[in-house]
Amino acid sequence: MSNATSSNGYLVGSNLEKVLKAGHFAVTGELGPPQSADGQEIRHKAAILKGNCDAVNITDNQTAIVRMSSIGAGTIVVQEGLEPIIQMTCRDRNRLAIQSDLLGAYALGMRNLLCLTGDHQSFGNHPTAKNVFDIDSLQLVKLVSDMRDSAVFASGEAFKGPEARFFVGAAAAPFADPTEFRPYRLAKKIAAGANFIQTQLVYDIPAFAVYMEKVRSMGLHEQAYILAGVGPLKSPGMARYMKNQVPGILVPDKVIDRMNRASAPWADIPKEELTTEDKKARSQAWKDEGIRICIDLINELKEIKGVAGVHIMAIEWEEAVQPIVEGAGLLPRPVVAT
Amino acid sequence: MIIAEQKPLDEIMGLLGSDERVLVVGCGTCVTVCFAGGAREAAIVAASVRMTSKLNSVPREVTDVTVQRQCEWEYLDEIKEQISDADIILSLGCGIGVQAIAERFPDKWVVPGLNTTFLGMPTEQGVWIERCAACGDCVLGITGGICPIARCSKSLLNGPCGGSEDGHCEINPDIDCAWQLIYDRLSRLGRLDALLELQPPKNWSTSRDGGPRKITRDDLRLAAEEE
Repeated sequence: MSNATSSNGYLVGSNLEKVLKAGHFAVTGELGPPQSADGQEIRHKAAILKGNCDAVNITDNQTAIVRMSSIGAGTIVVQEGLEPIIQMTCRDRNRLAIQSDLLGAYALGMRNLLCLTGDHQSFGNHPTAKNVFDIDSLQLVKLVSDMRDSAVFASGEAFKGPEARFFVGAAAAPFADPTEFRPYRLAKKIAAGANFIQTQLVYDIPAFAVYMEKVRSMGLHEQAYILAGVGPLKSPGMARYMKNQVPGILVPDKVIDRMNRASAPWADIPKEELTTEDKKARSQAWKDEGIRICIDLINELKEIKGVAGVHIMAIEWEEAVQPIVEGAGLLPRPVVAT
Repeated sequence: MIIAEQKPLDEIMGLLGSDERVLVVGCGTCVTVCFAGGAREAAIVAASVRMTSKLNSVPREVTDVTVQRQCEWEYLDEIKEQISDADIILSLGCGIGVQAIAERFPDKWVVPGLNTTFLGMPTEQGVWIERCAACGDCVLGITGGICPIARCSKSLLNGPCGGSEDGHCEINPDIDCAWQLIYDRLSRLGRLDALLELQPPKNWSTSRDGGPRKITRDDLRLAAEEE
């Protein structure tokens, strides 16, 4: 880890850093800002997640759909007593905008940052927009680390006053192509200054174990905290979609089978004869099984050496986080004194 | 070379408005090679405009001519009389050709018949692919001769994003993942170490971000003066 710690031994002293440094199995969640100016929705979601996560990612126009800014929403999350991890993508801002936003974020009390390249705008609701990509995620990691450890801007100029200090995160996609390169790309992110890593969704434990074996052989788990990404499935259709349509996500057939078995009581009823109550009950059965699968995955991930925690992505389903964390035996969340 | 494609005829007709004497000007260089605006295409476009005008009862006189290079004054000067006889010029050159005509003939209205699309090459008969973004600071020496600026959807400099699958870019399965290509090539040549080095933020000031660009070669200017 970087040596540029404060006198208290922490780089930044965020709750996430403290929990990880104390050796606890960390839990991060995700809070997606609304496609509106509704601050109340942020407060509502924060209340659901509070106490169940050590920190929550605030997404930055995720999937290139315009939403409340991550720093704006993060400010409300701070007010609600929950710790945000600000996501910052390189799609919408050049290096000037990124840095000035980060100065503001720090001044507003944000201490964790996840550096992302960002989804291409062609996936979102403004596909004709111009993209930026002035810098990439690795260069962003380096930029933010240099802000904290050397108190300099990307230009090399020194801060005129207190520097912005963030606990720096980066993403990893263990199963994206070319897979042989993925551990090296992770190494590159860590060398650039990443303190913690959140991975893409993991459903295939044996495949992830192979990846982690390589990661450990390179000593990377000792240089950054690696949080495995998990997420509850809502239906067999969602599982199939992830398997077939989303690059870099492996969903084993046995997971899809489990989801299918959950709806066995309704399997023999012809589609047109399913009542609204049937569909509701079936959906609930799927969600329950999705949560159970997620708990099982976390329990298996806990056994993989080098996994420092989990990042739970329950997108637009924040209510699932509490039963998952509780089911995995991870409640109450630790409180680490300074 | 510069790759271009023709604008839809409807759009061209709209650009021509009610001007009567139309001169279609083809270009004998890049757009001839990519079958968008050479002599053959200029004749076809002229015929199409003629026919459409007739169908719509718009009085119109359409002629066509093709110069060797629309982007050089000397070739444009060869057709200055035809240009002067026309009410409007429909250029089938790239965007440079259109502007060269506008600049050389300040009193003449010129409209584009092509969309200039990219700098690239044909990879098979009838298929052209972008290869260069003219960023002004070539990185091909560190990426094994495959350009991530032009060919990666996000112009990444430090390896593939998570959207690379089976050699394709997630934004469109017709697009090769440039970083998969780079990885494969460096792997074949035993030079993967090059990918481990962190590439710093790119200097985009040599690209369009530095404003309109200009190259001045004093050695050539002086030589020209001496002649």
